[in-house]
Amino acid sequence: MFSFDLLLDAVVIGVLLGCFYAAVSLGLSLSFGLLDVPHVAHPAFLVMASYGVFFLNDQFDIDPLLAGLLITPLLFVFGLVAYRLYYETFEKRGSDAGVRGIAFFFGIAFIIEVLLILQFGVDQRSVTASYIGKSWQIGDMRIPFRLLVAFAVAAALTILLTLYLSRTFMGRAIRAVAQDQEALRLMGANPVRIKQWAFGIATAVLGIAGALLIIVAPVDPTLDRSYIGRTFCVVVMAGLGSMSGTLVAAIILGVAETIVLTLFGASWAPAISFAMLLGILAIRPQGLFGRRS
Amino acid sequence: MSRNSLLFWIGATLFLVATLVMTQVIGNEYPFFACYVILQFIVLAVAWSILGGYAGYVNFGTSAFFGIGVYTAVFLFKAAGAPLAVQIAVAAAIGAFLGFALGLLTLRMQGIFFSIATIALTIIIETTVTNWRFVGGAAGIQMQRPPVMAPFHSYVQMLFFVQALLVVLAIAISRYIQNSWMGRGLQALKDDELAAECTGVPTLRLKLLACVVSGALMCAAGAPAAMYLQYADPSSAFNLNYSVTVLAMSLIGGTAHWAGPVVGAILLGATQQLLTVTISSEVNVLVLGVMLVLFVVVAPEGIIGLIRRVRRNRKEGAG
Repeated sequence: MFSFDLLLDAVVIGVLLGCFYAAVSLGLSLSFGLLDVPHVAHPAFLVMASYGVFFLNDQFDIDPLLAGLLITPLLFVFGLVAYRLYYETFEKRGSDAGVRGIAFFFGIAFIIEVLLILQFGVDQRSVTASYIGKSWQIGDMRIPFRLLVAFAVAAALTILLTLYLSRTFMGRAIRAVAQDQEALRLMGANPVRIKQWAFGIATAVLGIAGALLIIVAPVDPTLDRSYIGRTFCVVVMAGLGSMSGTLVAAIILGVAETIVLTLFGASWAPAISFAMLLGILAIRPQGLFGRRS
Repeated sequence: MSRNSLLFWIGATLFLVATLVMTQVIGNEYPFFACYVILQFIVLAVAWSILGGYAGYVNFGTSAFFGIGVYTAVFLFKAAGAPLAVQIAVAAAIGAFLGFALGLLTLRMQGIFFSIATIALTIIIETTVTNWRFVGGAAGIQMQRPPVMAPFHSYVQMLFFVQALLVVLAIAISRYIQNSWMGRGLQALKDDELAAECTGVPTLRLKLLACVVSGALMCAAGAPAAMYLQYADPSSAFNLNYSVTVLAMSLIGGTAHWAGPVVGAILLGATQQLLTVTISSEVNVLVLGVMLVLFVVVAPEGIIGLIRRVRRNRKEGAG
């Protein structure tokens, strides 16, 4: 049965959801899109950040977004260390880094997952804040407040990161290292330090993204598995490393997910992002706004 | 037949005779229950290495193939009451077809893109099976084991022996590929796909072949699992834990030689059985993850690589 109201509903919610997907994918767009790190553990880092937010909210009653900001420096340092380890063991040695690099991050993801299970259990966790649970009524449409919060923060985060990459010295250096590492070395800059910094930023962004994740819906330790599909779908569709492309791709995914959800039911939802990802990889691997042709 | 091959086939025969004698002598079911899992992981790890080790394509889709094997058996048993041998044969055929499809779909993808595509395939197939009512949907399905055939006393013993046969089959295929032109071709395309193509290695055909063989063996290994557990549900049949476990076993054992995944599977499989019984299944996954990361960082060539290095050092010391 087709109804126009239902479709409109789905599109509006989809756009909001899409912006949220953009926020959780920005880090991956940096680390995988720009730096070519096979960062399969990105969604696991994201869920870990959500649990950090949950912990602060649960123990000290801190607002989830503020908690996200508070753990950002910690995540930044974590990102620096993770990249250093990856660089020393794989990129520096060169040969055969592909297979083992991927296995490395896959292993890290599983370790994080199990540690979260051991620490917090397998139950779903959620946070409390004044804006969670209420909704905004426009005509027949009801938009949950938590989605609006996620939307606003995600949009701000995307704009900030785009500005950072295009306006600041370090941001431009990051884009330069993505374009031509050797040229940067010839200019007397240290590409490894810039990449390490960029990976730190990519992980630090997960503080806010993790807060949004647990604001939008309850979180459990194995949630990272479905976000492998969503985040990689967004980043690959966007064309590796394009920030504005990330936003557009995420909105396309968000709308597609809500429409399928409305028409076919929730049981098909997990497959959508993966199916889109597979389709894009098979047909147009360079993405919609590809930096490489 | 060379001396090596002769030794290999004598070893394989002894292994099969030993497992058969075990089923006749040991009355307790538990050893078979535990060893079955280890044998199953040997087949999966050996199959994984044909694509992941020789060709260097990291396949995260082990659980997809395993799950397809399980559900082929479920479907055949429910629809036609097919016997175990038919279940396994059809599962292998479907696995080969699926491997071929995966190969075709991912021809242009390399490295991380191939790996992500295999995860995507897993989730898509899992979701499809979840929405397929006939085989139980999300809730899963109970299976009633048919009466056991002579000379076995219990069904688990029979499954154990069947899995042992699959182990020998998988290792023989893997060993054959490694020692033939196919193994050398796959090795070449792992090192540099473009260079291999330019020097006349049929990279496309070899990749497809590796996908087909690997897929068929993985599905065959999954088929008896339905009868082993007497129960199947999508979220455990397609669980990504199978992928990470098999990946860890292969890389820890070492992928340069067919014996690597066998060693890795026996070692990790036994450890896991021990840990699951004594502590918990969570700790068991934790140990697995830590060992995977540790080996990838410290001993990239795995246990086989370590053994080779020790041997080389000894030779240099002697000479």
